[in-house]
Amino acid sequence: MDDGGYKPGASKSQAKIVAELRGVSKRFGEVLAADDLNLAIGEGEFLSFLGPSGCGKTTALRMLAGFETPTSGEVLLDGKVVNDLEPHRRPVNMVFQHYALFPHLTVERNIGYGLKQQRPKLPAAEIERKVREALEIVRLEGFENRRVWEMSGGQQQRVALARAIVNEPKLLLLDEPMAALDRKLRKEMQIELQNIQRRLGITFVLVTHDQEEALSMSDRICIMRDGRIVQTGTPRELYDRPRNRYVAGFVGTSNFFDGKATNVNGTRAEVTLPNGMRLAGQAVSEIVPGRDASLSVRPEQIRLERAASAKDGNLEVTVLNRIFLGEHTEYLVENQSLGEFMVLTPRQAELSDGPFNAGDVLYASWDADSALVLDRD
Amino acid sequence: MTQRGRNLVLLAPAGAWFLVMLVVPLTVVLIFSFGERGAAGGYVPAFTLDQYANLPARWTAFKNTLILAPVGTLAALLIAYPLAYFLAVRADPKWKTLLLVLVIVPFWTSILIRSYAWIFILGGRGIPALLDWIGIGGVRLINTPFSVLVGIAYGYLPLMVFPIFVNLDRLDKRLLEASSDLGAPPWRTFLQVTLPMSLPGVATGCLLVFILLMGEFLIPALLGGGKVFFVGNALVDLFLQSRNWAFGSAVAATLVAIMLVTVTAYMRLIRRLGAQREDVSLM
Repeated sequence: MDDGGYKPGASKSQAKIVAELRGVSKRFGEVLAADDLNLAIGEGEFLSFLGPSGCGKTTALRMLAGFETPTSGEVLLDGKVVNDLEPHRRPVNMVFQHYALFPHLTVERNIGYGLKQQRPKLPAAEIERKVREALEIVRLEGFENRRVWEMSGGQQQRVALARAIVNEPKLLLLDEPMAALDRKLRKEMQIELQNIQRRLGITFVLVTHDQEEALSMSDRICIMRDGRIVQTGTPRELYDRPRNRYVAGFVGTSNFFDGKATNVNGTRAEVTLPNGMRLAGQAVSEIVPGRDASLSVRPEQIRLERAASAKDGNLEVTVLNRIFLGEHTEYLVENQSLGEFMVLTPRQAELSDGPFNAGDVLYASWDADSALVLDRD
Repeated sequence: MTQRGRNLVLLAPAGAWFLVMLVVPLTVVLIFSFGERGAAGGYVPAFTLDQYANLPARWTAFKNTLILAPVGTLAALLIAYPLAYFLAVRADPKWKTLLLVLVIVPFWTSILIRSYAWIFILGGRGIPALLDWIGIGGVRLINTPFSVLVGIAYGYLPLMVFPIFVNLDRLDKRLLEASSDLGAPPWRTFLQVTLPMSLPGVATGCLLVFILLMGEFLIPALLGGGKVFFVGNALVDLFLQSRNWAFGSAVAATLVAIMLVTVTAYMRLIRRLGAQREDVSLM
């Protein structure tokens, strides 16, 4: 299974571990919300929990914050077990999903709230200075005396972020922070969040169900399902070497052709479809012959041509639908044996071979190396 | 029909009610208060300030009202707030409705009957007898300001509980988590978030209870036994017993004036606090 250990990247060698989950489980009545989670989070890392709603990612975050106590296992902060440490005693701050800003306080007092709780008390001048710095970081200078409910969603999000980072937490937890923002604003905030994280060097732990968000911002992603961690790795690792079909489906889009694993031979294997057709691909994780398996082919790795090229593996397909996406064109095509699948063609290819229209009969092919044989899970 | 016409139609019933039940009677009271008592009681038209000059004769009633109404409001608040807090924040959602109903149920019974129950509880064979039995003798509770206070705090409790409950119930519990996450221990979270956020409910409850207490007469009559009486009791006495309508009107007009002044001052204070809510963190 996944050891969840932190593998330092080139730029973050020898990173210290700031937080750790050791065999952590959480049960709510009959529901096992978190099941034997093992994970180490390195200092300065940007880690995301990615998964559909109800997969346990928020429970994991809430256990790091201290709002939930694990049923079993240990939560460690800075090497110390903190299972029973109350949230207000943890050097951890959270950006809540709907921000949870205090409506009865101004922006300035919202941001200064955490500083005001420190004992021994901080001098007022220092609180003011830190609040001003935080406002600068989130680019909200001049908003000190605004009411939080007078501000837009994006501005409120910045206040929530400032309110957390001003305390210089060991761990900043973000619970679906972008869920309430529109698409364009979300993109902007993603870039800004990354910049802020790099600048301050604070460890970020993000919870999201948005794969694009996780892929674009994180150093590492922890894919979750039904309370368990399915795979932890860098976005690239997850994309190139998914552990199973579930991960491949969650990180990027892919075409899956379902069958049984056959002819497993080291890093190569085949998927035999129910109709007897055999498709070859790479085995990037352990594949057991005879088990349910899928061949995964990314839409962008499939070529479409008017004439069958010399190499083998050409599939005759009919174009069903065409969606122009600017840089790329997305085709839905159908093959008699494989059924429908998706192809993403770069604009360059379109220009040379002409745009394909619905009803055109074409030839689809891909390199066996770019197809992956994956366990169905 | 025009928008304006529709508005007039919609407002007509309330306007008529307001005119007939409030403006006219108040005008009559005001006019009477400048008149004189007839030989056989009632009212004789005149224009004199004699009735107002005579107000000190009813000083005790005003004094009792002006002390016990605010103190009663405060007592009701002190009992109601923890109760409302428990119901809204702590109680298991499963039981919440049942507990709320339990708060209301006693008020389906007439206040008269419930006050009689208190007469028994506070009377010679009630609590004082119990105290006597454990060795504390000579305690008299009934017909004292204390018994009246108990009666009014009890009688107006739901009016105080409900606005506060509604306010606390709607309080976003995530704010409490946020406060805790930012390093505030539970009691400071209460003082800095829960309490200031529930002040509108507290303000509404206090206003409702205070206004009604200023006009109270039944509870002082029953639990004060004629010794602790409110302006309301003085009015019953003046209008129905001594039939001195002119003086009664002057007393009533004065009570209304006092209420107008205190309530206006109170509303202003609340609005000022509301305008600078961040200064109410009480820390």
